[in-house]
Amino acid sequence: MADYNAMELMICVAARELEDGVSVGVGTGAPCAAAMLAQKTNSPNLLIMFEAGGVAPLLPEMPISVGDSRTTWKAVMASGMCDIMETACRGMLDYTFLGGAEIDMYGNLNSTRIGDDHQKPKVRFPGSGGANDFASFAWRMMVMTPQDNKRFVERCSYITTPGWLEGGNSRQQSGLPLEAGPYRIITNMAVMDFEPESKRMRIISINPGYSESDVQENCGFELLVADKVSGTKAPTEEELRILREEVDPYRYVIGR
Amino acid sequence: MDIIKQGIGKIFTNPDADAARAFFRTKSRKMENKLMSPKEAVEKFCHDGDYLTIGGFGANRIPTAVCHELVRQGRKNMGFAGHTSTHDFQILCAGKVFDKLDIAYIIGLEARGLSPNARKYMQSGEVEVCEWTNYTLSARLKAAAMGVSFLPIRNMMGTDTFTYSGAKMIECPYTGVKYAAVPALYPDVAAIHVHEADVYGNCRIRGISISDLDLARAAKRLIITAERIIRNEDIRQEPTYTVIPYYLVDAVCEVPYGSYPGNMYAEYFSDEDHLREWLKVEKDPAAFKEFLDKNIYGCTSHFDYLRVNGGMEKMWELRHQELMVLRNAK
Repeated sequence: MADYNAMELMICVAARELEDGVSVGVGTGAPCAAAMLAQKTNSPNLLIMFEAGGVAPLLPEMPISVGDSRTTWKAVMASGMCDIMETACRGMLDYTFLGGAEIDMYGNLNSTRIGDDHQKPKVRFPGSGGANDFASFAWRMMVMTPQDNKRFVERCSYITTPGWLEGGNSRQQSGLPLEAGPYRIITNMAVMDFEPESKRMRIISINPGYSESDVQENCGFELLVADKVSGTKAPTEEELRILREEVDPYRYVIGR
Repeated sequence: MDIIKQGIGKIFTNPDADAARAFFRTKSRKMENKLMSPKEAVEKFCHDGDYLTIGGFGANRIPTAVCHELVRQGRKNMGFAGHTSTHDFQILCAGKVFDKLDIAYIIGLEARGLSPNARKYMQSGEVEVCEWTNYTLSARLKAAAMGVSFLPIRNMMGTDTFTYSGAKMIECPYTGVKYAAVPALYPDVAAIHVHEADVYGNCRIRGISISDLDLARAAKRLIITAERIIRNEDIRQEPTYTVIPYYLVDAVCEVPYGSYPGNMYAEYFSDEDHLREWLKVEKDPAAFKEFLDKNIYGCTSHFDYLRVNGGMEKMWELRHQELMVLRNAK
């Protein structure tokens, strides 16, 4: 079996979720690596979009900014932010990848602050950026993140970016576009989806080397467990070769 | 119209479209030579207390010279749109130029990490903040560019981003569906870096436009910095390429390598060593002061700044990087 690290595994798992021909809105780092890997493996027709305006680039290397020149390398269009987000709002963005300092049982994300005083927070993070936009508009939102019970909390102390909000049909009633929402949470230990009725996070697959109790112990709330839990398929030699040689040769992301 | 719910965030600018019309009625339509230095442009068009918006995307196609001038001239108490802002935000925080802030993305420099000094400023309680998102701030600029006072959007709802924003939830009069209404944002002054402009302010941009075409139309006063000044005859020969027309523009500054240390599409890549150094020195107040003295306070122009960071030789390297000159060479 190939030797790999947690980041490589998460990127490979995420890349496999992107079917050929779908569209994905990505940021820098791991999401971009997953999109590039997918484009070189199972999804050669993957349509990659960057919020600043890059459309369908043939990424020569990892961008350092979602607005740098690499995001339009051999692209079909150099557009702008309203065009990309309006395309997503019209329903043409299938996937997006997001992250945060906190994630809760309904897939809501906090990337704004820790501490209750909004005008003088204990810790201030960058804020929404395009995350709230992409998460509201993309049909399926995915998260790639290492898992521990400080990050996986029962309720986010601040919801920057919507998941299934308070679960059940709360998102449907909020005014956000119908049927869009969190789809997969990919961690170093497992892959989760959301139970269709309650919209609570649910284990569907466990990564090699971990047990169900490892996953539960490193989560700050009770995870549901699917009727059939499978084992996550380890990265193949071929996936790892492409990831290491073509996608991230300088190990910017997979070296973390 | 009934308001179903509203955010508690303060709206720092007047969204009134008729007030904006009254201003734009007085704006000059004359084709006149607007060439001046960034120093003159900031003296003339940026005042303490004004609401400022910077074009580009953080460290891509940014008007660095204007950001440095604002710090050098000690502008204070400005309002600012922290919209796709990264290195520009970092520069303005170094001078504590603003104390009112609309936030979409701040503090971070994307994959490069977070600015310790910007974070410190944002945790100090000295800045009054209102939350938005990248798209909602773009939509606010778009509303202003359209000459209307708000636009309906389909996100923010259900989150604390809405709660701490100035958005209001309304119902569509046609379908009954809920929308977040966001107020038009008419900045007092904006600065945008472009590839080419003539002396009147007709501008060409290559690559992504981000929100700059709406920003140029939304701002009451507009400072353009350009890599190159071209002839008006060139503009008139191919009007297809003009994305910002002269009547929106108040000042035109020729600033070669004007986005440095940021990236400029098809011209030069970002200077990652310099940006890394910037993030590093911020951790040590004495080193940071020395760094700012060298790079901002001790410089009189953008040429000075380029000179202390490697000058032409460095620019030549960054140009090779941008064009990936050696990538496909046999």
